[in-house]
This record gives sequence, structure tokens and C-alpha cells, in this order.
Amino acid sequence: MPKVKMPKNSPSLDMTPMVDLAFLLVTFFMLTTQFRPDEPVVVDSPSSISEKILPDKVMLVTIDSTGRVFFNLEGKVMRKKMLGQMGAKYGVTFDEKETNRFALMTTFGMTVQQLKQYIPMDEMERKDFMKKSQGIPYDSLNNQLGDWIRFGRLAEAEISGAAPVDKTKGLRFAIKGDGNANYTAIKRVIEVFQEMKVNRFNLVTTLEQHPNI
Amino acid sequence: MAQIQSNEQNSGKGGKHGKVRAKKQSTHIDMTPMVDLAFLLLTFFMLTTTFGKPKTMEINMPVKDPTNQVKNEVNNALTFLLSGDDKIYWYYGELKPETKLTLTDYSTQGLRKLLLDRNKQAVDEIKTLRENALKNKMADSTLKRLEVDVKGKKYALMVLVKTDDKAKYKNVINVLDELNICLVGKYALVDLDMREYDLIKTFQP
Repeated sequence: MPKVKMPKNSPSLDMTPMVDLAFLLVTFFMLTTQFRPDEPVVVDSPSSISEKILPDKVMLVTIDSTGRVFFNLEGKVMRKKMLGQMGAKYGVTFDEKETNRFALMTTFGMTVQQLKQYIPMDEMERKDFMKKSQGIPYDSLNNQLGDWIRFGRLAEAEISGAAPVDKTKGLRFAIKGDGNANYTAIKRVIEVFQEMKVNRFNLVTTLEQHPNI
Repeated sequence: MAQIQSNEQNSGKGGKHGKVRAKKQSTHIDMTPMVDLAFLLLTFFMLTTTFGKPKTMEINMPVKDPTNQVKNEVNNALTFLLSGDDKIYWYYGELKPETKLTLTDYSTQGLRKLLLDRNKQAVDEIKTLRENALKNKMADSTLKRLEVDVKGKKYALMVLVKTDDKAKYKNVINVLDELNICLVGKYALVDLDMREYDLIKTFQP
């Protein structure tokens, strides 16, 4: 009888391909992830069944539960242009350094005059400031929100090369309101948009399950 | 490179002269910790990316034209009046002096039942459309178009949403969401009438 040789199975197996794949995926996700910037206000948006995703090029107006209004438009070049025009209208000059800092900021909510003090602040000071801030004025007497919208659109149109008439191309307008905000505040913001001939909005909501009817 | 070559030569010579054994080094390294880390990162990034983008609800407002007031007198529309404390009233048809409000709530038994009842014909039609679409493997875009057609038909329900100064934003979103669920295609956010304001004030169940 020949000896039956049991094959010696090595307990370790070659993991190289798996590791290669894992690292490939890690690199992919790391490069594609965009971390959400720290938002200065906490907003608890209401839920809806809509599954539409917030567009990329978007002008976002945030309204918190007390009716304060905040504004955000992303894109460094756009922000610089917008700030320049805004400063010119309200007689506030922003120097090179301030403009560059502003370009890197996210959502803000204060008058243009206060913005000058806000820009050089550090993280902690900004948080304190935001707690006390009254938001961007948007009543008909001092409609700074309307001007931010107008100059933001103009800056966007200039950069994307669209004709000024065709301003809405590409840029979308989103309203992110807190569920407990009074509807009159949101209504007024919509009115401000409509004064600028914007009639199409994206209302930011959180997803809730669709009930089958 | 050069060093490696000279090393090889040395070891070759050494092999001839003395019994210097070349060290047998295993080419395998334990990769487990690295793999662990890689997968940890992978899971982290995968989970954070998926939930990144917030969802939105699209809404179109009618173009504001001061010379042409939108007609609020729509005789076959359901009107919702939203007020504070999550109260919601409704009436059907034109606003007449004898119009009475009915109080309802945002639950499935309240608002949704009401809307489904009133919009029954359109809802049934869309349901059969969807079933047919499943059977015949209809393209999604075609189905969407047909659904929009049905929602725009004469018998489909029309809804006006009005808010007073105490209503909350979430109330409005709730109603709009409910309209989407109940397949109501014709709706508008309109300003409150003075008479309606009085009706809410004097409301008695």
C-alpha cells in the first residue's frame, strides 16, 4: 500500500488582490468625498417623501426657527465678485485679504456692515457672534437679502458665461427652513426671490418613507 | 542597485569558502492589520458619502404680476386654511357667506383620507396606469407623462393652501407632501382672504 499523503494546506492565503482592491476603493472614496462644511446654524428641516437631490450649483437661503435668515453661495470666484459689488452698494470696502477669507467661508447671516467685523474672526468668535446675530435683513426697507441674491446671480452669470437675461441657467435656488419657523418668514423670503423673478425653488427636506396608498 | 549586486557577489564568494548560510527570509509579511485598517477606512468613507446630499422638494410659484390678480374664486377647489397649534381647516368650493369650516388634522386618518376620497377618480386611474406599466414594462418617462396628464384632467382635485400668520413652515411642508402622496397635481399657495381670517377666528367645532 502506498502511503497516502495528506496535502499540506497552508492556513494563510494570498490576500494581495483583496488588499489591492480595498485600497483602490479607499482611495476612490477618499478623493470623491466632500466633507460637509460646518454650518453656523442648526436647522431642523421638515420631512417629505421627495427623493430629489439638492443640485450642485445652488444658492441656499437658510431660515432658522426664530426667523433669522442666512445666505450661502459656493464658489470662490463668485463669492469674491459678489462681495465686491455688495460692498460697493453699501459703502463698505473689503480689502484683498478680507475678500480671500470671505471666499473660503460658508453660510453667513448678518448685515454687510457687520460682515466686516465677522470675516477676521476665528471659529469660536464666529460661533458666539452667530448666536447674537439678527441674520440678514430682508424687510422691504433694508432688503440686503435681495441684493445678495441679485449680485450672486450676476456673478454666477458672468462666470458661467450665460447672457444676463438667461441668468437662471444652471443656478438653482434652495430654501432650507426650520420646521418650527413661522411660515410668514418663509413667505417673505419667497417674496424676495419672486421680486428677483425667481419662481422655482427647491425646499430642503429630510427623507421620510413613502406610504403606499 | 549597485549594493545589491555587490552583496550577491559577496555571498557567492562566501558560499564557496566557508559555510555561511544565506538567511532564508520569508517574503510574506503579515498584512492583517493593514487590511483591517483599509476596510475600516473603506466602510467609513462608504457610509459618509451615501448620506451626504440632502433631499429637496421642488415647487413652482406662479409668476407675480401686479396687473393681473390671480383668481381665487375657483368653484371646484378644496381650500385648506393652516393656523397655529397645528390646526388645519378646510372647505370645498367657493367661499360664500354660509361657508362652514371643518377642522381636520395632519394624520393619515385626517388629511390623507380626505384627499384620497376627494381625488378618488384620479388616484384610481393612476393606480391602474401603474399596474399596466408594470405588466407591459413601460418606460418610466412614459408613465410619468401619463400620470401628469391624469393629474391635470378636469376631474382631478384642485387644492388651494392658505396660511395665516401663526402657521408653521412644517405645516405647509406637511400639506405639500400629503398632496404629493395623494397624487394631487393642481395646487397653489395663496394668500389668506380677510373673510377666511374671520372664519378661523370665529371657528366653533
